[in-house]
Amino acid sequence: MIGGIYRRDIYPPFSHLRAVIALSEERSERRAHALGNVFLHAVYSIPGGEKIKECIQCGTCSASCPTSYAMDYTPREIIAAFRAGLLERVLRSNTVWLCASCYYCTVRCPSGIKLTDIMYELKRLGVEFGLVQEGAVAPVLSKTFVDMVDKYGRVPEIPLMMTVLLKTNPLRILKMIPHGLKLFLRGRMPFLPHRISGISELQKCSGAMTDALVSGVHAGPVTGEET
Amino acid sequence: MEFSYYPGCSLEGMNKAYDKSARLVSKTLGIGLTELNDWNCCGASAYMSIQELRAHLLSARNLAIAEREKKDLVVVCPACLTTLTKSNHYMGEDLKLRRTIASALKAANLQYLGTVKVRHLLEVLVNEIGEQEIKTKVTRPLTSLKVAPYYGCQFTRPFGEFDDKEFPVMLDTLLKWLGAEPVNFPLKAKCCGGMLMTTNEPVGLGLVRSLLDCATQNGAECIATICPLCHITLEAYQGNVNKKFATSFEMPTLYFTQLMGLAFGFSRKELGINEELISSKAVLARRVEAV
Repeated sequence: MIGGIYRRDIYPPFSHLRAVIALSEERSERRAHALGNVFLHAVYSIPGGEKIKECIQCGTCSASCPTSYAMDYTPREIIAAFRAGLLERVLRSNTVWLCASCYYCTVRCPSGIKLTDIMYELKRLGVEFGLVQEGAVAPVLSKTFVDMVDKYGRVPEIPLMMTVLLKTNPLRILKMIPHGLKLFLRGRMPFLPHRISGISELQKCSGAMTDALVSGVHAGPVTGEET
Repeated sequence: MEFSYYPGCSLEGMNKAYDKSARLVSKTLGIGLTELNDWNCCGASAYMSIQELRAHLLSARNLAIAEREKKDLVVVCPACLTTLTKSNHYMGEDLKLRRTIASALKAANLQYLGTVKVRHLLEVLVNEIGEQEIKTKVTRPLTSLKVAPYYGCQFTRPFGEFDDKEFPVMLDTLLKWLGAEPVNFPLKAKCCGGMLMTTNEPVGLGLVRSLLDCATQNGAECIATICPLCHITLEAYQGNVNKKFATSFEMPTLYFTQLMGLAFGFSRKELGINEELISSKAVLARRVEAV
């Protein structure tokens, strides 16, 4: 069973490449090639995604990025690394999870490349294939976020923070106590999550989508849709 | 003027005052906000970072419910705005995506035809209500209160459908209508680092510091926010910034709806202004009559 369902799965299946990436630790060239292909395929499936071909390496993205100074590979270098077959190094670095999704690169790119969407794709690829920086907190936060939304339908902020800190750095909870106390005294610290009443409905939709994609049934026209 | 209203998860948690003041101000101006029935998470960036299709599905369920109510959707969180709008756009542009989501929704007898527009409350107030009506409601002008208008990232990026992508002006305009004085704030649409506070605090704190520096240097007495995440980041981490960089910031942050409510004559308590972490009492007492 595969770990997740992605837009690239709506398009021709890439299961053989998944297998290559997942297994062939020793055959690094083949693995890099497969990873690059899955990435490119995923990016092409974003509306306007094929613009990635038009990167002129001008560096506007890196210069506009508020966090690029701290990244092992700047946004411009990500595309250069991909072209050189070194995507795995990028995924295993601190790079993609430093993206705060501010979209400056996207609105400024002279070639119209949706870099923020590419960052999201890299985050997903890394998590899917276990290619993330060791000890990184951000993937844990995102996974916990997904689990909570899938369970409750909404995200309870305080339990989310507590769970992530417990999983990654329990000592930091102590440091957060003064903050927490202040919020609590002002009535801004709801501990109990709210579960939406349509949660089973949502899970049903989600299950139906997974089933359809796993069995390879591409969705046809749906009632009410203009053709 | 009737809308479905999407508060978003942050407004249920640490940012209740934003919800409270948004509803109060809207009501005063004759905007009917009906909370979207049983709304779910928008599929925010943290979700999108792991599960793409399911993130679109989450957005689509909200949009489907709004469509059933035959009303456009008003949000107050720019991150929800961008996520919901993005799903709207991508489902519109990508036939396969639209079909995949549509057949998933069908499992719960829901459908979404793509007719709902997602709008931020600030944009609705400025474009639909406008200068005249807002000014007539001002009974306690915020005369010469120097405010740094802070928009954050996702109010106009990436789509920029109603204001400039890099230098929006809508909040500046609104603040002037209230009698306040928006200061020059070059970093008004820069990232606050909110997403990074739990995952990479040093980088996040650097971003907060530059915002506070910029606001202070330009003479601001407080920062007006339109995003719950920016708001909590700016107020909760000032202490950490002061510690790390040996600074002494004590800059109150107020939701733009709280400032509107003050100008309309509501009390601090009604607007949740007593709930902030850095007190705005001194600043407001100096500038606003009889608070």
